[in-house]
Amino acid sequence: MKYMMFVCTDTEPETDESRVPDIEVWVAENDAAGRRRDGNVLASPTAATTVRVRGGEVLLTDGPFTETKEVIVGFDILECADLDEAITVAAAHPMAHHGRIELRPYADL
Amino acid sequence: MEAVAAAHQEHWTRLVATLIRLTGDWTLAEDCAQDALATALERWPRDGVPGNPGGWLMTVARNRALDVLRRAATEDRKLRELALTTDPPAEPDDRLRLIFTCCHPALALESRVALTLRTVAGLPTSDIARAFLVTEPTMTRRLTRAKAKIADARIPYRVPEGDALGERLPGVLAVLYLLFNRGYDGEPLLADEAIRLARLLNTLMPTDPEVSSLLALFLLQHSRRHARRDTNGDLVPLDRQDRDAWDHPAIDEAVQILRRTPVTGPYALQAHIAACHATAATPSDTNWPDIARWYDELARIQPTPVIHLNRAVAHGYAYGPTAGLDQLATTKDIRHSYPMVIAVEADLTARTGDTERAKALFHEAAAASEDGPERRALLARAEELT
Repeated sequence: MKYMMFVCTDTEPETDESRVPDIEVWVAENDAAGRRRDGNVLASPTAATTVRVRGGEVLLTDGPFTETKEVIVGFDILECADLDEAITVAAAHPMAHHGRIELRPYADL
Repeated sequence: MEAVAAAHQEHWTRLVATLIRLTGDWTLAEDCAQDALATALERWPRDGVPGNPGGWLMTVARNRALDVLRRAATEDRKLRELALTTDPPAEPDDRLRLIFTCCHPALALESRVALTLRTVAGLPTSDIARAFLVTEPTMTRRLTRAKAKIADARIPYRVPEGDALGERLPGVLAVLYLLFNRGYDGEPLLADEAIRLARLLNTLMPTDPEVSSLLALFLLQHSRRHARRDTNGDLVPLDRQDRDAWDHPAIDEAVQILRRTPVTGPYALQAHIAACHATAATPSDTNWPDIARWYDELARIQPTPVIHLNRAVAHGYAYGPTAGLDQLATTKDIRHSYPMVIAVEADLTARTGDTERAKALFHEAAAASEDGPERRALLARAEELT
């Protein structure tokens, strides 16, 4: 089962500074286990361009399509047996301690 | 027919739990279990109740599931058919995995509660909707969404093992606790279901102290169901309840459970407090120093406003009203959001002999409470002080 892991910042001030995992270790471990298929850090939302086609015309907007305080700063593609495994992997990511992570399963249509 | 109703009670959970494991389809499992019971209702009065009702129902339900799968040409049909036809008859007990999956923390709490009632307890959706004051279509949507999330996000159908079991069990117990309290507040159906589910969980996890303690706690609280309200529906305080109307066999059962269960968590502490009240022949026989000690421990692991408040009450009875008022001072910051704090202060003050101040406090507490039996009880207390 594939999950898209959105790595986000969080507007809530509370973070967990105890035993924050190391990102290098997280990547190495999950790559070695074959659970992390891809992933990267994304450039700031100021570098985003929103694209729409309406009435045959390409409309571009400077910036992300939602103006939220939480920002997607990276992503990872996980291959896990089930949601419990994906939750364990996500909870071991440093941004689960400093921000928030959204797990979205592939719909596999 | 009574035998069918009994079979529903006894076999529903196992039927559904096994069919979900074999087919992976929650709705199909519920439908086929329902069909098997409907068939029983038709056949048993005519042909007699089979020797092994559970086995009979399982066979009928499995055949029904096979029929449905054969007619629907889904991709993984063959796989599921195979599972349905080759599963050994002595299948493992799937009921625990069903409970843990329904209570998975990735589901919203309201979904966990609804799913537990529908799938584990086998309650009709209409009854669940009524108990939670929503329309049936709303409840149906809630259940459908929860089942879709289980399938789409692949929430596993299993009992967590090792450390994960310890992390997940409190979530399961919290669902039962919520159900029971909902029932205690006026939906008796839910209290009965919570007790039934706690019994089932206790059968499936007989060595977990918090599971046993939760069952004991439910039995003790529920034992007062016929004495808690007067003929007007107003709450009767514990010290004025007719203790002969308490369910003494239930109290005995709970006390037996507590006797063989170590105290390891909050449910055990709450159950011991409830047992101190339930085993006192008269209000003045209540062992308040024991209750105060259990509350001291409970306040250490769960320092919530309500527990601090109850702890102050216990100290007031155990060591005098002044000791109670001293403890109450730690709850000052919640005085405005909990009228009960003022009511407790009023009660303790009345017992110090300061009638005038107590009377004013009872009126203050009544003014801060919502209109209803609680407010009437507070005003009655104020009137008594002359």
